[in-house]
Order: sequence, then structure tokens, then C-alpha cells
Amino acid sequence: MELALLIDFGSTYTKVTAVDVEAVEVIATAKGLTTVDTNILEGLEQALEGIKPRFGGVLPEFQHRLACSSAAGGLRMVAIGLVKELTVEAARQAALGAGARVLGVFAHQLTAAEIEQIDASCPDIILLAGGTDGGNKDTILHNARMLAAARCGNTIIVAGNKSAAEEVRDILVQAGKDVRVTANVLPELNKLNVEPARETIRATFLEKIVEAKGLRRAERYIQGILMPTPAAVLNAAKLLATGTGEETGWGDLVIVDIGGATTDVHSLAEGHPTRSGVTYKGLPEPFAKRTVEGDLGMRVSALSLLDTVGARKLAVLSGLPEEEVVSYVHAVHGNVELLPAGENQKIDTAMARAATDLAMERHAGTLETAWTPMGAMYIQHGKDLTKVPYLVGTGGVIVNHPNPGEILQGALYKQEQPTVLRPQKPRMMLDKDYILAAVGLLAEVKPTAALKLAKKYMVEI
Amino acid sequence: MVEEKKQLTLVLGVIGADVHAVGNRILEYALTEAGFKVVNIGVMASQEEFIAAAVETNADAILVSSLYGHGEIDCRGLREKAVEAGIGSIRMYVGGNLVVGKKDWGEVEKKFIGMGFDRAYPPGTMPQDAIDDLLRDFGFTQRR
Repeated sequence: MELALLIDFGSTYTKVTAVDVEAVEVIATAKGLTTVDTNILEGLEQALEGIKPRFGGVLPEFQHRLACSSAAGGLRMVAIGLVKELTVEAARQAALGAGARVLGVFAHQLTAAEIEQIDASCPDIILLAGGTDGGNKDTILHNARMLAAARCGNTIIVAGNKSAAEEVRDILVQAGKDVRVTANVLPELNKLNVEPARETIRATFLEKIVEAKGLRRAERYIQGILMPTPAAVLNAAKLLATGTGEETGWGDLVIVDIGGATTDVHSLAEGHPTRSGVTYKGLPEPFAKRTVEGDLGMRVSALSLLDTVGARKLAVLSGLPEEEVVSYVHAVHGNVELLPAGENQKIDTAMARAATDLAMERHAGTLETAWTPMGAMYIQHGKDLTKVPYLVGTGGVIVNHPNPGEILQGALYKQEQPTVLRPQKPRMMLDKDYILAAVGLLAEVKPTAALKLAKKYMVEI
Repeated sequence: MVEEKKQLTLVLGVIGADVHAVGNRILEYALTEAGFKVVNIGVMASQEEFIAAAVETNADAILVSSLYGHGEIDCRGLREKAVEAGIGSIRMYVGGNLVVGKKDWGEVEKKFIGMGFDRAYPPGTMPQDAIDDLLRDFGFTQRR
């Protein structure tokens, strides 16, 4: 029997999934409290105890032992570029796609105040871009000199103008920084190239960040902490969309992942215009695009969700009075372990639906009508997701919900909002066993088995 | 000597709500053939897109086309925006059917030069004329 143990060191829980690779079956799942502050292995052992009964009380030999992590704050990054809509956005996309939490983005020449801001947030990795290849050099050189004087952020990945890259590296190396140079995230104005930067971020994560976050101990037991958890989910999404040589994928899809602190949306689609006569404008977006809404979450970010959405809307969605909604939101914000009961379930549902709605609105592309002497013309910014055939829901609140469709419907195209290019009639699927991150990990060693596993455990709503 | 004088980078686009794509493609082809690095931002390009593209690519010149007669409104303020963005001394060229109807070209040219363009071209200009001007303006004494 070929067995795989897939571990997710989350900020609160350490989740383990035991998979029979040949039979394409999840044998057991369990969780323990993450213990990154003391000894990461304690929480893992606690979780492993939970799956022992399924193996007759003794843990078998696992051929694959792989992990992802969002513990200890996840992978915290800052992205720097030149023009906000161009290299700054490209750098941000590269960081998000690598599974990072983007603490801040900076455009143009950094100021002393901005360096102070970077020092205060103290990111694990700084991604420094700016200028197309052969383009502007002054800004990235200036920014390298500014970063050289920063106290924090000692790991810097340079993904900017190749003509300035060596000089940038020299400036930073002389200041004692750990510098990696990779291909430009925007080599030409209309050519996004985020994959090399994503790979470099991931390699750096493996090498340095795992150590810094006290996760190295765990590596004695497992074969490797391969990536940040969001990167594992994106990896699974990519596999599910594109398939492998032996097994076809589903094609384009969108995943909505509602967590306690953030709501993530992943889209795996080119997103080219689906209607004729539409002109695409702006930076091209990556096929595998991830957005993170830090203000939309079910627990840690419950208050900001209330601020953003408004009590009235949550009251309308839940059918409960505003005061009740407000007091519940404050209660779950104060106690993140609180699970909804009775009437409060309706408020949780309303929160999740509103988060899905807004996160999808921010992720999807838009259509703008321009009135020209030739009549109405349509300009598309971002991805057209109207024809995407699959919409997948994951994250605690959706997975454990009696009627997950109610939440996921928030993502769909709206008549009253015709300019937002959301999915129109996708098949709605549920990650009912919460295995997407595990699938993303298994994909690293057994892609076809991982894909079959994902297809088997996603159920239609 | 060509090595020392770097390849010139040009930002090319059709400004405003103008969707005339054919001339834009022809210009891109002709300019690329003439040895320039062309950053083509295409049709329906806003002033901000011209500026952002020029900043990021460290362009030497901005070439604006306008074929639908609203050039004057669309181009006004472009120089000022370039100044604000820190590329105030970038060369700017404009051409096409810049105004509606048959106005005296001398007046139209004066108007666009007054807006901060270095050169303006009337309808019917061949790409080669602009190429020759570009090379001359950037101090290339002979064609490459």
C-alpha cells in the first residue's frame, strides 16, 4: 500500500490527511493545535494520535510525508515596483501567487517614511521590481539604496529591469542582505512573467523561512515543508483545471476559500473577452490568479467585514435585526473559536455570503462602456469569468455548512451588476472533506493520483 | 557607433476613444523595421497609459495618433502630466486627423506645438517622414 501523510500547519490547527495513493482514497483526517511557539511537533503528534485508530492504533509507514504551512503569520511579503498599475501590480501578483500575505505595496521611489513602514512590518521577503527590461533603472537603483539602509527585511528577491539587476544586487549585497536575482516580472509592457519570481519565492521560503519560523524541527519527521498553504491550494486548483498527461482536468474554474482572517479567490482561466467587439485594456493577468481580501473574514476579520459590508446588508441577508448582527459579529471577533448555534447560523451564513460576493466582485474583471463617435465600445479590464464552467467552495464555513450553495451563490453573475464579469452558470462544487491543500501537496509527487483524489472528493452542490 | 547610441524606445498609441487600429499596426511595423524599440499600447489609450508606459520603459519619445477628429481635446494636458510624472523633457510627436474638417494645417500645427508637442503631422504623412525626423531629432546623422 502506498500511503501519503499530508500536513497543513495552520495558524490555529495542524491538520493531517492520510491518503491511500493507489486506491485514491482519504483514509483519515484529524487536527491538533498548532504549537509553533514551543515545539511544532507537539501539535503534529496530537493530530497524528487522531488518525491512529483508523490504522489499528499503530501509525503505518508513510512513503510520502509532505507539509505546507501558514503558521507563524504565513509568508509575509512586501512588493515594490515603479508604476502602480504596471510593475507594482506584477510584483503583487507574483507574491500572491506564491502564497504570500502581502503586507504592503510601494510604487515609485521609496521614501524614508516608507522604509520605516517596511521596518515596522518586518516582512520575511521583499520582492523588488521596477522597470521593464531595458527600461527605467533609476527607481529600482534608488529603491535598492533605500532598502540597503533598512533594518528589517534582509531577504530580497530582485525581479526588475534586467539591465539594472546586477547593480541592484551589488548594492544590497554590500549592505549585508541576502539577495536573489530572478527574471523580471514585467519584461515588456504587455508581458507578465510572474512564474520565475514565484519559483524563487518558494525556494527561498523552503530554505530560509521554514527555519526562521521554527518549523525546521518538523522536517526531521516529514520530508519537507514544501510551500505556504495558499500556494498548495493554488497548486491544487491548477492541477484540477489543467489536468496531467494521463488524466484530463476540469478546465477553467474559480475557487472561493473563506477563512477566519481572509477570503481568497483563485481563478484558473485566461479570462479573454467572451463577447466580440470587446477591447482588453491594462496589465494582462496570470492564468493562475489569486486575490486575498484581508478585510473579509469570518472571525479575526469579522469586524472589518461588518464595516465593509454594513450591518444593514447583513441584517437583510440573515433576516435578523441589525443589533443582533452587530453583537454576534463582536462576539465571534472576540472569541475566534466560537461556533454558530441556532439563529446565529443565519448570521454566519450572511457574513460568508457577503464575503463571497465582495471577494468575487473584486477578483473578477469589469466591462466599461465607452461612447465613441463610432457608437458604444466595450473595454474589458481583468478577467472575463462569465463562461467559467466550475465554481468550487472551500474553507471552514462553507465546508461545514448545511446549505453551502446559499453561500456560493454570492459569487455568481448579477443582473443588476452587469459590468462585473462573474461566473454566470457554473457547476457549483464543494470541497466537502477540506482536502484541497492536501491535493496541492500530493501533486508535487503524484500528480495524477492527486488529481483523481480531487475529482473524487469534490461533490456537486 | 550604433552600439553606443542605444536603441530608441518609443511609446506608440491611439489616444482617446479612438479605435482606428490599422494605422497603428502599420506604424508599429514601420517603426520596428526602422530599428526602434516600439512599445505599442494600442487603441483607446488614455493619457495616463501613455505616461505610465513611458515611465516604466524609460522611453525616449511618445508618439500619439488620433484619427477621429477629437485630437485636440484628447491631447490637451499630456505634456503637463508628463512633467508631473518626472518625464517632462520626453519628446512627443502627434499625427493623424487631428481636427474635424478642413482647417489650415499651419494653425493646427501651431496649436499642438503650443500644447507641448515637438512635432505634429498632417493627414497623409508617410511613416518614413516621421522616422527621418526621429533619427534627426535624436542626433543620428545617418540612417541605420
